[in-house]
Amino acid sequence: MKAFRILSRNIRDSFKSVFRNFSLSLASISCITITLIVVALSIVLSYNVNNFATLVEKDVTVVAFIKLETTNEEVTQVENDIRRLNNIESVTFKSKGDISKEMMDSSDTFKNVMADWTDADSPIQDTYLIKVKDIKNIKQTANDIKNITNIESVKYGEGMVEQLVTVFETIKKVSIAAVVALIIVTAFLISNTIKITIFSRKREIQIMRLVGASNINIKIPFIFEGLFLGILGSIIPIIATVYGYTSFYENFDGKVFSSFIELIKPEPFIYMISGVLLGIGILVGMFGSYRAVRKHLKI
Amino acid sequence: MDFIRIKNARKQYKNGVTAIQDVSLSIEKGEFVFIIGTTGCGKSTLIKMLYREEKPTSGNIIVGGIDVAKLRNSKVYKLRRKIGVVFQDYKLLNKETVYENVAFALEIFGAPKSEIHEKVVKVLDLVGLKHKAKQFPTQLSGGEQQRVAIARAIVNGPKLLICDEPTGNLDEITSMEIMKVLDEINKLGTTIVMVTHDNDIVRKMQKRVVLLDSGRVVKDYEKGSYNNESI
Repeated sequence: MKAFRILSRNIRDSFKSVFRNFSLSLASISCITITLIVVALSIVLSYNVNNFATLVEKDVTVVAFIKLETTNEEVTQVENDIRRLNNIESVTFKSKGDISKEMMDSSDTFKNVMADWTDADSPIQDTYLIKVKDIKNIKQTANDIKNITNIESVKYGEGMVEQLVTVFETIKKVSIAAVVALIIVTAFLISNTIKITIFSRKREIQIMRLVGASNINIKIPFIFEGLFLGILGSIIPIIATVYGYTSFYENFDGKVFSSFIELIKPEPFIYMISGVLLGIGILVGMFGSYRAVRKHLKI
Repeated sequence: MDFIRIKNARKQYKNGVTAIQDVSLSIEKGEFVFIIGTTGCGKSTLIKMLYREEKPTSGNIIVGGIDVAKLRNSKVYKLRRKIGVVFQDYKLLNKETVYENVAFALEIFGAPKSEIHEKVVKVLDLVGLKHKAKQFPTQLSGGEQQRVAIARAIVNGPKLLICDEPTGNLDEITSMEIMKVLDEINKLGTTIVMVTHDNDIVRKMQKRVVLLDSGRVVKDYEKGSYNNESI
């Protein structure tokens, strides 16, 4: 009962204190708001870059060309051999007939040239279109496929794909590091702002100590105050993210620059970011207050 | 029975200044003691050690059974709950009302609302400020603010009240009003240790007087024996 009374008093007092020291609270809230907006922007950007990278990676296909003289049974055997390999996501068969038809449909020139070809004299080969699970190991997988009997050659955009993978891996790592660094910087920035505002309440802490409040008695109301500041400071960034991202997405119809770059759908993405922002706001607010008060508790 | 026992206490600050040198002193429960002396004689350091704002460099200081020198920072609150402290600059929270300032000392222990109300009203009545409970410190005179500070210091029913020049900012008449309040609190059984510069007050009150000079106790006047000393 006593603990409950102390806790409810702490919550009431910290809430009251946010408003009684409003100008100081406003400084902390503004600092949290501004930094969280920057954090929100960087999360939106890095997630979309990562999403784009993942989509492109998923699109990369290995094409295995089967020797011309291969029988139907042997073609089926080739598929089984491919599926037996590691790192295989999917295997799709594309017969020479399908390819010829596609080519003839795509241009009249092809149509004229290929119209007289018979199965025997057509240079077009049956193919398997293979998607890999992990694009980083695509070179090894392509080599393994090439070694399968009756496979003549394998194509996957060698060189270009490896470069793409390296670039995307770097972008992913850099963007994650940037977001983490930004969150850490935010934590210290907010913590320092709260520290300055709490410095002006040194007297209050001194009086609390004087009347016999234990260190934990003193810390708790300030930590709750930090929590309230964190919640208040994250309101604007959350609203900005929810409405800003949704309208940005709708305005560009989910695609930026070209139809090639697809944006992440707003739902549930915006809710995830909102949760992260609220979490950062609360944790950083509490951490900032805790760090600031602790300084004044040393004799 | 001794409530405060100081034995060979010495305090040297980090900058090398020795504020207290080999002070031994005993104060009984229920006594009213003035600590007097010139500026820089160590009065404030001595009482700061009583409520563990400062730690003695050597020697023993026992307050209400607690060895102050051995008390860890995190346990200081245990000592502070046994004593009340009043300062020259009142140290009130200007954004809280008189009532809230006094109640603050009880709320942090999680006392029930009814008990807080009863004790705060009683103590405000004792210092004559019951009618100003809803006002803010800035709306009060210096003497009234000091009475609020006294009310806050005694609302927990401490065994010891330490006063660091409580009349330093007040005129003669108001100072005597404060002394009357302190005398009444003392009569209710609270031990009072007061540092002052005001010779008039010391002379009029006729209590025990400890005179410090250069960090040492040079004279200890029994109750009623103090006549005059230039401080």
